[in-house]
Amino acid sequence: MKTIRIGSGAGYSGDRIEPAVELAERGRLDYLCFECLAERTIALAQLARLRDPAGGYDPLLVDRMQAVLPAAVRNKVRIVTNMGAANPSGAAAAIAETARRLGISGLKIAAVAGDDVLDQVRDADLPLLETGGRVADLGNRLLSANAYLGAAPIVDALAQGADIVVTGRVADPSLFLAPLIHEFGWAPDDWPLLGQGTVVGHLLECAGQVTGGYFADPGLKDVSDLARLGFPLAEVAADGTAVVTKVEGSGGLVTQATCTEQLIYELHDPTRYLTPDVTADFSGVRFAPDGRDRVRVVGGGGTARPEGYKVSLGYRDGFIGEGQMTYAGPGCVARGRLALAIVAERLKLIGVAADELRFELIGVDSVAGGAAQLLQAEPPEIRIRVAGRTGTLADAVRIGNEVEALYTNGPAAGGGAVKSAREVVAVLSTMLPRERVRPRIQMLSEVPS
Amino acid sequence: MKLRALAHARTGDKGNTSNISVIAYGAADYPRLVAEVTAERVKAHFGPLIHGPVVRYELPQLAALNFVLEGALAGGVTRSLALDAHGKCLGSLLLDLELDD
Repeated sequence: MKTIRIGSGAGYSGDRIEPAVELAERGRLDYLCFECLAERTIALAQLARLRDPAGGYDPLLVDRMQAVLPAAVRNKVRIVTNMGAANPSGAAAAIAETARRLGISGLKIAAVAGDDVLDQVRDADLPLLETGGRVADLGNRLLSANAYLGAAPIVDALAQGADIVVTGRVADPSLFLAPLIHEFGWAPDDWPLLGQGTVVGHLLECAGQVTGGYFADPGLKDVSDLARLGFPLAEVAADGTAVVTKVEGSGGLVTQATCTEQLIYELHDPTRYLTPDVTADFSGVRFAPDGRDRVRVVGGGGTARPEGYKVSLGYRDGFIGEGQMTYAGPGCVARGRLALAIVAERLKLIGVAADELRFELIGVDSVAGGAAQLLQAEPPEIRIRVAGRTGTLADAVRIGNEVEALYTNGPAAGGGAVKSAREVVAVLSTMLPRERVRPRIQMLSEVPS
Repeated sequence: MKLRALAHARTGDKGNTSNISVIAYGAADYPRLVAEVTAERVKAHFGPLIHGPVVRYELPQLAALNFVLEGALAGGVTRSLALDAHGKCLGSLLLDLELDD
C-alpha cells in the first residue's frame, strides 16, 4: 500500500528551526508542514499589517524558508504552512524572494486567502460563543475576524501543482489532512477517513510535543537529548492508519505515552473534535508499538463536519500593567506580603482605576492560588507580582511604577524589579454560515531566478 | 499515595477552558483512576481556581481520563492576568491529588 511521509516542522511561531531542516534533509518526506498560528497570533498579525501593509505574516517566515528550502527543493518535499497569518499573499511574495536569493527557480507558490471575514461579520447579528451577546456589541473595538478554513483550498492548490502552500487561518490538523486528501483522493464526505486523517494531523501539529518535548519529568518520564529533539513525521497509508516516528539519531522519543498525551492535548469531548473538515471521533483511537520510536495509530473515526465556519474575532480589550520584585532570605514571605499590601494601598491612594487586580507571591501562590497547600517550610526566595487590567495605558504603567518604587519605599532588601504595560488584544469566537466564506487561491508561478 | 505515582498528565487550553489528561502508567491501574479521580474530586482539588463545571471523559483503550474544566483560565490566554495564562501547570498540580493507599 502506498504511504505518504509527512513531517511537522514547527509547533508554534517561535519554534526551533534546525529540527525542520533535519526532517527536510533526512526524513525522506513527501510533505513538510509548519503550524505557526496560535489562537491569539492572528489578531496581533492583523495589528502588524495595519502598521505595515506588506507585513502581517509570520516574523520567522523568511528565516525558516531560508533554512529549509535548499533541502526541501533538493528532496522534492512540498511545504504547507499557515505562516501567512494576516497576509498570505505577502508571505508568498516573501518566500519567492527568499527562493530567488537562494538561487532556486521554478517554484510554484500558492497563497490561500479568504479567511479574513471582517467585512462579513462586522455589524452582523451573529452570537458570540463564549460570552453570549452579539458581534456588534464589540463595536469599533473589533480588529479582526478570521475563519478557520479547512483542507479544501490547500488540496486545490496542491492539485494545481503548488510546491509551497501558504495560508492564513486554517484549522491546525487541516494543514496535515490536506496532503492526505490530495494524495489518496479521499472523498470530501468520507467522514471516518477524514477523522482518522485529522487524528494524524492532531498528533503532528505541535511538532516536538509528540516526540518527547513537554513530556520529561526526571525519574518518572526521562527523555534523552532534549536539546537536539527531533520533530515528528508520520508514515500514512491510504486507509488513514499511520506510524508516528522521527528521524533516526535525533533526540527525544516516540512512545505510546507521548502519543497519548498529545492525542488528548486540547481535546474536549473525544467523540466530537470539531474541525472545518469533519467532526472527528478520537474515542476509538489505539496506539501500538511498531519498533523503536515508532508508534502505530489506528481507530480514528468521524461524522459530518459542522455546518458553519468557526471565526476567531480579535478585539481591543484594555491594558495590562504588571510589576515584579524579589525578596530572599529569612522572613522573605512576610516582607513580600507587606510589599503587596503597600502596593495595594498605593494604587488606591493615587487612584489607579483597575477592573481586576492580582497580588501574588511567585513561588507560593501565583499559579495554585487559593488551592495551594500552605507551606510548612519557608522558601529561600520569593517574587512578588502585581498585575492589573485597566482602561488606559497610563493606569497600566502606574501599576508597574508602584512596584518599582518599593526599591526605596518598601520592605527591606527587595531587588530585581521589572515592569511592563501593554495593550490587550483579546479573542472571542462566532460561527459564520459556510456560504459566506469564499476561500481562494493565488498562484505565484515560475519564480524568476 | 499521590496520583503522580500512578499517572502522568498534560494540560491544554481553548479560550477560558482547560483540559487535563490523566494517563495511567499501567493499564491495570486505570479502574482505580476511574473510581477515585472523579470530576467532583478534581473540582474540589482546585477549589476557587475554577469557576465552572468539571466534566470527565473516559478513554479506556488508552487507560486515560480527560477532564474539561470550564472557567479555569482567568479569562483565557489572550486576556488573563495570570502568570501561567495557558494554565499549563494545572496538570502537574492535579498529580498532587491524594489517593487511598
